[in-house]
Amino acid sequence: MTETATRPTDVRRTATTGPRPWPLLRQSLALAGRSLTKTWRNPGVLLDALIMPVIFLLMFVYLFGGAVSGSSQEYLQYVFPGVLVLTTILTGQVSTGLSIVLDMKKGVFDRFRSMPIARAAPLLGSVLGDAVRYPLAVAMLFGLGYLLGFRVETDVASALGAVALTIGFGFALSWLTVLVAVLLRNESMVSTVAFLLPFPLVFGTSMAAPAETMPGWLQAWAEVNPVSHAIDASRGLLLGGPVAEPVAMTLLWGGIALVVLAPLAAWAYRRRM
Amino acid sequence: MSYAFEAEGLVKRYGRTTALAGIDLRARSGTVLGVLGPNGAGKTTAIQILATLLQPDAGRATVGGLDVVRDAALVRRRIGLTGQYATVDEDLTGAENLVLLGRLLDLSRAAARARATELLTQLGLTSAGGLRVSAYSGGMRRRLDLAAGLIGRPEIVFLDEPTTGLDPGKREDLWATIRSLADDGATVLLTTQYLEEADALADEITVIDHGRVIAHDTPAGLKQLVGGRTIVVRPADPDQLAAVARVVERVTGRPVEHQHGGALTTPVDAAQQFTDVVGALGSAGIDVAELALRLPSLDEVFFSLTGVTRRTGMTGVTETKESA
Repeated sequence: MTETATRPTDVRRTATTGPRPWPLLRQSLALAGRSLTKTWRNPGVLLDALIMPVIFLLMFVYLFGGAVSGSSQEYLQYVFPGVLVLTTILTGQVSTGLSIVLDMKKGVFDRFRSMPIARAAPLLGSVLGDAVRYPLAVAMLFGLGYLLGFRVETDVASALGAVALTIGFGFALSWLTVLVAVLLRNESMVSTVAFLLPFPLVFGTSMAAPAETMPGWLQAWAEVNPVSHAIDASRGLLLGGPVAEPVAMTLLWGGIALVVLAPLAAWAYRRRM
Repeated sequence: MSYAFEAEGLVKRYGRTTALAGIDLRARSGTVLGVLGPNGAGKTTAIQILATLLQPDAGRATVGGLDVVRDAALVRRRIGLTGQYATVDEDLTGAENLVLLGRLLDLSRAAARARATELLTQLGLTSAGGLRVSAYSGGMRRRLDLAAGLIGRPEIVFLDEPTTGLDPGKREDLWATIRSLADDGATVLLTTQYLEEADALADEITVIDHGRVIAHDTPAGLKQLVGGRTIVVRPADPDQLAAVARVVERVTGRPVEHQHGGALTTPVDAAQQFTDVVGALGSAGIDVAELALRLPSLDEVFFSLTGVTRRTGMTGVTETKESA
């Protein structure tokens, strides 16, 4: 009974090439390609990534700018680096978890599960495929920022560094919603969490106003909030000022989030599947 | 005796609902096992356990000699699954779906394309290969779904109600494809709600209900068990009903039953009697609107096997049909 590894079919099997190295990476990239093709055919799903930065930048600059800085132009310089961080974090939180829940409910994922591929590949492919939103959102933000009069005060290399750092940070934090999505598997609950989660994280910082103006308990939170480091790093890289420490802290926190949350999400995904 | 897959005493519960109450399924290499049962009988759960998508609460199952729980990763290298619901991506074209799956199975880009083209041709989807799946008809989706399960040339193929919802003509096309799989040496597990389908395709049939096996036999044995076939005749002219009844009763030697819609039915012992009835009606000059040799419906199968009337919602399907 145990030797039922039937012979004739083994011959048929050899028609396929043998296993190649890095299966998880290759399979995830193939599946990310699938996500991109889908996005390309339904470009409407990218609308939120394009509209969100516009709304936030306009709101902060014209609604609060006069009150906080006395001039919206001055405030634009102050708030832009923070809005960059807000944009990359929200981009990761809002869409990534949701598209995974939608994917998991479809029959396609059932088929993937019955195939000899890395268990986490569909999850990773979905997250990687969604990463196309970051450059779009950031490009939109910079385009509008420049139209309104924002100017990088450092140099192109530093500005690119700010972009790379904030995107990386947003991507690392997006695994939080991925984890929530895998655990809850319910679109409306995932949207709610993805919508509420960024508030304490992003707004409890010096993004919109200097921390000194806040009550003590909020200052204490802003002090320990990892996103504060990202905002400091973004300011330093775009406007000048101390860079080394906030960048190092941002990388550290981003790294921790990635190393803890991504394997946890992958584990939860494999277990629930 | 070598079994391509073998399940013993599978139990699966969902909360208080018992989907499987200890079922055994097995098929020898290169044969087709039909699993016949109504909705909710546990067919899909059984397939999901064999395809490593679910773990049983009790019992064990092996596929190709490998345990479906312990050696799940190895089992997945040998199986192909076609689900009850189309498991293809609507936003991709048929060809893109197949190429992606080929790539995931380690085929080179060129090999994946070649395999996709081959399967699209084999399943009569050549011209639809470039269309997005969202534009496919139900039958086309089913066929693409079957192709998707065959990309890796699996030695064991699980088909979960592959023809449910298809027109009779399309169903027979798919039957031909399924038969050719078995002819090529694959082992097939096919679930269905139609005795006719199991009869046409399977070497052996396992009938399940409420998560239990209630019969296992060859198609011929099962038909013997559940009773023979029935002739259905509906004359083109309702006024000829009495004449038809006389002809049929003379040939079969059995009384006819009058059905709704001006049709007559009578059980027959041998297919030969059907041919005799056709001939007798022809020489009597009677035009018929419907003339069929019908297998028992799933309802009748269950009644014969369990003695309990069970409304499965499935009507009988016709085996042979001709108009004169």
